[in-house]
Amino acid sequence: MSDTTTDRIAAGSSGTSPVGVRRKPAPRGRRKKNLFAWVLLAPTIVGMGIFTIVPIIGSLLLAFFRWDIISRPEFVGLANFADIALDPTVRVSFLNTIVFVVVAVTLQLSIALVLASMIQERMPDWLRVFFRSTFFFPLVLSAASVSIFMGYLFNEQFGVVNWLIGLVGMAPVPWLTTPAGAAAVVIIVYVWQNFGFSFLLFVGGLGNIPKDVYEAAELDGASGIKKFMNVTMPLLSPTTLVASVMAVITALQVFDQPYVLTRGGPGDSTRSAVMVVFESAFEQLEFGRASAIGLVLMLLIMAVTYVQFQLSRRFVFYQ
Amino acid sequence: MTTQIEKNASPQVRRKVRRPVTGAFIGRLAVLLVAAVLTLGPVMWTLSTSLRLPSESFDLPPRFIPWDPDFTSYSEVFAQIDMIRLVVNSALMTGFIAAGQMITAAMAGYAFARLKFKGNRLLFGLVLATMMIPVQVTIVPVFMIIRGMGLADTLLALIIPAIPTAFGTFLMRQYFMGVPAELAEAAEIDGASQWRIFRSVYLPLATPGMAIVGILAFNYHWNEFFRPLILTISEENFTLPLGLVSLQGNMGTGSISVVLAGVILSMLPALVVFFFGQRSLRAGLTAGVGK
Repeated sequence: MSDTTTDRIAAGSSGTSPVGVRRKPAPRGRRKKNLFAWVLLAPTIVGMGIFTIVPIIGSLLLAFFRWDIISRPEFVGLANFADIALDPTVRVSFLNTIVFVVVAVTLQLSIALVLASMIQERMPDWLRVFFRSTFFFPLVLSAASVSIFMGYLFNEQFGVVNWLIGLVGMAPVPWLTTPAGAAAVVIIVYVWQNFGFSFLLFVGGLGNIPKDVYEAAELDGASGIKKFMNVTMPLLSPTTLVASVMAVITALQVFDQPYVLTRGGPGDSTRSAVMVVFESAFEQLEFGRASAIGLVLMLLIMAVTYVQFQLSRRFVFYQ
Repeated sequence: MTTQIEKNASPQVRRKVRRPVTGAFIGRLAVLLVAAVLTLGPVMWTLSTSLRLPSESFDLPPRFIPWDPDFTSYSEVFAQIDMIRLVVNSALMTGFIAAGQMITAAMAGYAFARLKFKGNRLLFGLVLATMMIPVQVTIVPVFMIIRGMGLADTLLALIIPAIPTAFGTFLMRQYFMGVPAELAEAAEIDGASQWRIFRSVYLPLATPGMAIVGILAFNYHWNEFFRPLILTISEENFTLPLGLVSLQGNMGTGSISVVLAGVILSMLPALVVFFFGQRSLRAGLTAGVGK
């Protein structure tokens, strides 16, 4: 708050400089304008200060303490970080998360890209609207609700998925009771709900590619796959970059689906990094440790984003 | 498809529509249809199963179309959990967050877009930077701040921290940048105050942008699970997703139609958004992505 006030005063006094001669009551008008700006900004800036900036600093500090909320916080240095580096549950949850991100994002982007390029092709408008709305639909549902009904669909004994599998004469799959099965379900449910977002981005990106580029390629004799690889992919690469960065950031924070579908099980096989943050804090009351895990996750998110943008320098083609 | 054949028949447009219905076209259509069935199938199953008798709800073969709907599960879900409470809580939380975000984002966005003050760009950069911080990293301190404020386990604990919105501010700033500055100058010459210029000249022009912010907030917070799970403790403060997950936990694999009835009811507002606000929601979700 005090920063804001000094800023305001500083800005106000600079308003009296000769620059402000434009209209009659320039200095006063400037100051008023400044004050008005800060009034408009106040709710957002103060709110973010209290609920984002203070918490992130708090998290940074808390990571070096042991604290169960009841007793006094005890400074432990890097012990929390050493502890989580050795803790098998934390390690496996980060490993799970990384495997999840790689598989889920790859699936999500490929499905979205294939469907988006198919919908670009010639077809009646109503059909295009129908497909677009359909693929968009899961985005308006809650991940918790989706995980509830998907959990029933993948039920080993009574689920529709195993019933369908039985129709083609195969044995029922123990979806949620085996590590591999549970991981597969979490990925399927997540991708089912989220591919529509990447799809939207790709539809937008493909729509921005000028038609004459394709006509030129066709004149040169390119067709089908060749056109897609040599024309579409390079021109779409800025969209692909944004879509993949957003998909990775979101997927690294996966929580709702594994929490509702499996509670992280069987064993730790579907426990995600965020689930461990949650459990450390609100089940084991290890708030310092939870902060440390959260920070590691944030660093991971930032590192991955950085690498993606670095790679893009080499592979993204801007018109 | 008939129109294509007719078009092909007329010589003038033949050159435009070069490709008739080909195998490739049918192949593409088949892939898209399979994807559509896989997307809608689970939802159709949820709807039809919620309309089966609770005792038959897990019976095979499954049903995907509710031929003879039975509404027992819908009355049963109200008996099993305090559905009205959950709906009211979700509506209050979502409503206040959406309204709060629309107002504060419009204010801040206007200041960033149209007003000159020291540190404008720096502060805006800082606001954008907060978007990088995942909610899981700040949730522990937020939980403590909320406790410190004496708001632990209240709906306000969910509402207040969610009102300041970086993305909404960004969106509104973009929106106000698109409104010509001459309007303000004209109003200023007429002697209008800063507040009048904002309230009567700019804000009415920005309502479509505010609608996008509101719909995005609604879609996100109506469906959110992580924050309510942490910030509410007693059942009387639960929101819908939380209530449904706990109902699912209690029911096991018993009468799943009752749980699914709750799921369908919780979807209804989302359906309203889907049918009436889809354009705004799409615009909001893809905003800031650029070309």
